[in-house]
Amino acid sequence: MARAVSTQRKIGFTVAAWTVGFLIFFPILWTFLTGFKTEGEAIASPPSFLFFDWNLSAYEAVNQRSDYPKHFLNSVVISFGSTALGLLIAIPAAWAMAFVPAKRTKHVLMWMLSTKMLPPVGVLIPIYLIFRDAGLLDTRTGLVIVLTLINLPIIVWMLFTYFREIPGEILEAARMDGASLREEILYVLTPMAVPGIASTLLLNVILAWNEAFWTLNLTAANAAPLTAFIASFSSPEGLFYAKLSAASTMAIAPILIIGWFSQKQLVRGLTFGAVK
Amino acid sequence: MGRITLNQVTKSFGEVNVIPPLDLEIDDGEFVVFVGPSGCGKSTLLRLIAGLEDVTSGMIQIDGSDATAVPPAKRGLAMVFQSYALYPHMSVRKNIAFPLKMAKMDQAEIEKRVNNAASVLNLTDYIDRRPGQLSGGQRQRVAIGRAIVREPAAFLFDEPLSNLDAALRVGMRLEISELHKRLATTMIYVTHDQVEAMTMADKIVVLHAGVIEQVGSPLELYQAPRNKFVAGFIGSPKMNFIEGAEAQKHGAHTIGIRPEHIEVSDSAGPWTGVVGVAEHLGSDTFFHIHESGLADPLTIRASGEVSFSHGDKIYMTPREDRIHKFDAQGLRVA
Repeated sequence: MARAVSTQRKIGFTVAAWTVGFLIFFPILWTFLTGFKTEGEAIASPPSFLFFDWNLSAYEAVNQRSDYPKHFLNSVVISFGSTALGLLIAIPAAWAMAFVPAKRTKHVLMWMLSTKMLPPVGVLIPIYLIFRDAGLLDTRTGLVIVLTLINLPIIVWMLFTYFREIPGEILEAARMDGASLREEILYVLTPMAVPGIASTLLLNVILAWNEAFWTLNLTAANAAPLTAFIASFSSPEGLFYAKLSAASTMAIAPILIIGWFSQKQLVRGLTFGAVK
Repeated sequence: MGRITLNQVTKSFGEVNVIPPLDLEIDDGEFVVFVGPSGCGKSTLLRLIAGLEDVTSGMIQIDGSDATAVPPAKRGLAMVFQSYALYPHMSVRKNIAFPLKMAKMDQAEIEKRVNNAASVLNLTDYIDRRPGQLSGGQRQRVAIGRAIVREPAAFLFDEPLSNLDAALRVGMRLEISELHKRLATTMIYVTHDQVEAMTMADKIVVLHAGVIEQVGSPLELYQAPRNKFVAGFIGSPKMNFIEGAEAQKHGAHTIGIRPEHIEVSDSAGPWTGVVGVAEHLGSDTFFHIHESGLADPLTIRASGEVSFSHGDKIYMTPREDRIHKFDAQGLRVA
């Protein structure tokens, strides 16, 4: 039912909403602006908001000192690679749990989710040692593996909720039509679940792209993604805000753009099944 | 060929025993209807034959070979589901072609069969639409098309018409019957609607709580029901059951008389009563009679328009040769 809302209240709420939105967005905006300042302007007090000498010196310095394309490529490989590998494992797993549930399927799902409650630092030492002995430290392969494992519970859960929405009779029809399990998943289940799989993919690319704990701890130079690229400007040179901001902007821009263009898909994905 | 034999088949879900040991023979080319109230195990039985459920014990044979452990894809049966279960992301053409594609048939043959099925089922105009753009009746036709292209050993129908409106249901019923006459392939049809069972079946299997109550042709079940359950389930409106003195006159614990086997008069007859509700259908009139001292209400089906109305006194004469007699256990006595 529509409620009558007075114009005054509407204006009040609109202003409040924009204010909150702006406050939340402000740090990102500030980072973006600072990237175009000189180091002196970046720490000037009082700070200048828009009226400063816009220049690209920070970006030039960052690009001279680090290899942005390499880190970018690492980020792409690691985030898409771990998501693809995760989907490959999670689709059959979610299929099994959604369509052939056993007595303890619910417990398995809860157990998978509970692994996300463990602080990652708790397993840092064992994983670090395993990676060292297996020669996986500072390799893209190693990071793909570890991020797949970290995000797998979320991928399985998301796919499970989408798959449950698909009527089992359609899969039974496929079986009656002579489809093998592989064909059933490939030709019937997956195409029907494309919207769900797409939003799972997007969310996990974003999660993997932003993941900073494992990427920082398990890489040095070769496989370091953009998170490590930002970090390299923060620790030893913490005072150089302009360069740090320029690096941050370069690191978050790609994922921000992906997120912007796919927000419809993401929202649909995250609320899927909530109203039906 | 489509000869299906069930031998001591049972099914339990956990502790619950849905189907106690059951034997059934279905001959090649027969139209068999499983009918019974909801929860009687008829759909489970169909799913056991399809292979979508595993039997707990016993054996299912298809054309003489043991199919008990054969997966559904390999049994050579086709199924039409209540919800149609079409593939929503495929066009009508691709839906119908799907089983042929799975069978790795060559493209030219697929094309030929799909076009043939589409023209038989009047789907040619819709062949490139998605299921979402079709009406219920058209969707059901696509589901049937998907079943027939493969030329299966037998068709399994799981309440295929219950999602359609009444008028469409009668039309589709005829289409399925005609399809059976033309293909002469075994069909097993599950329904809770005894009218569908009576009109379509060569052989009806009446199920109740997982047990087969009776197997026979529609008229056998109508004329000689083996027990009170079958007598009450087959026929519409339901058979009247009368106990007490009137039954003892016939030497039975209970007698049954169908509504259409009682004649009515305004002057004379052995039974009397008062009309409660008169339902005028034009071709028939149903009377629900109270105060007869026999059964309350007693239902009568009179041909044509008979003008009794609420509160009228009515005289009734049962046709003696149409009285069914049952013993105290509800079994038929000759």
